[in-house]
Amino acid sequence: MILTVASGKGGTGKTTLAVNMALLLAETMPVALLDCDVEEPNAHLFLHPAIDACEPVTLPTPVVDEERCCGCGKCAAVCAFNAILVLGGRALTFPELCHGCGGCALLCPEGAVTEEPRGIGVIEAGWAEKVRFLHGRVDIGAPLAAPVAAAVRKRAQERQGLIIVDAPPGTSCPVVAAVKDSDYCLLVTEPTPFGLHDLQLAVGMARELQVPCGVVVNRVGLGDQQVAAYCASEGIPILLEIPFDRRYAECYARGGQLVREFPELRDKLRKLWLRIRMEVEGDGPGAAGH
Amino acid sequence: MKIAITAQGSTLEAALDPRFGRCEQFIIVDLETGDHEAFPNDGAMAPGGAGTQAALLIADKDAAAVITGHVGPNAARSLQAAGIKVYSMASGTVGEAVAAFKQGELPEISGSTVRSHFGLRGQRGRLGNENRNRNS
Repeated sequence: MILTVASGKGGTGKTTLAVNMALLLAETMPVALLDCDVEEPNAHLFLHPAIDACEPVTLPTPVVDEERCCGCGKCAAVCAFNAILVLGGRALTFPELCHGCGGCALLCPEGAVTEEPRGIGVIEAGWAEKVRFLHGRVDIGAPLAAPVAAAVRKRAQERQGLIIVDAPPGTSCPVVAAVKDSDYCLLVTEPTPFGLHDLQLAVGMARELQVPCGVVVNRVGLGDQQVAAYCASEGIPILLEIPFDRRYAECYARGGQLVREFPELRDKLRKLWLRIRMEVEGDGPGAAGH
Repeated sequence: MKIAITAQGSTLEAALDPRFGRCEQFIIVDLETGDHEAFPNDGAMAPGGAGTQAALLIADKDAAAVITGHVGPNAARSLQAAGIKVYSMASGTVGEAVAAFKQGELPEISGSTVRSHFGLRGQRGRLGNENRNRNS
């Protein structure tokens, strides 16, 4: 099963939830954790994995053979990112704008455009106790988080058991890459107007992607009741509420593992996992949420 | 000879726009006839490649030179490939820019003067961790 932990708002506790679920469930089943927040991966700060593999993530980028280029401009016309331009009968490429779709090479009538791999990031893998760990890091100066996130996410196919995906915040392309084709999406939020606003965006995204979703409300005790009211009106199950507790924040701040320090959270997370399994296997209310 | 001026409006009285790729309008002036025509810059809000598209637009209008404030690296490469010379003027109106160009008062610049996305003026880029809005 691929379980993706996402949120609209940043800083709601996605990584905390993903990491602690992975640690707890790995005690009894095979679990992998994929950190797809490739611009700011941080799950490793809590899992401390021993990295045993590192591989580059590349993107096919056009190279134009000027001898063969007829200057027809078909390559430039198809490019949505302005990464190739035909000026004065010559094709100019701007590799850092290229998203690697391959349209230019496909459409070139002269076969003048070939694609060469360009490094945009890395994937690192290792073990953190019983948790198989993978994360991606986009190269500095290569503003292409989505293909790196997608490359990490693709590695889920190689694994059996439970795969927990820690998505980036927001609802943009790298988040879509992480959430797409998941069996279930947990949306972590907080009971504040900000949390509600961004939760609504995230629910819209999950529905668009046809991934069933449920909500985890973190820091319960502050804010208001609007998130609960929204979830009730939309028929989205609230699967877990984590109280606002300074001790949890202190544990997080020193890179600690909540499930090692707070037995009550172990019970809550175990129940959360059972609820998710029911939602996925039993076609629960969340599955009908789109 | 035709020249392009990056402008904040569509008339000769309009103020120069110091941004090349993300200016509001391009005004193309025919120095022989004195005619001028304004073209809105459709690429002003493009997430990337605004400079390359702007260079393409003024190349299509047969401009031999452009008067602007700042040129990013991709725009500079594109303008060079199109054989369009770049002249720098910090402020003033379009009319004043044309007059200064005719007098040979404007310095020609080669290469870029600013980094990529300069013309976005903080409209894009990191908004902080709490509100990242990242596009691929």
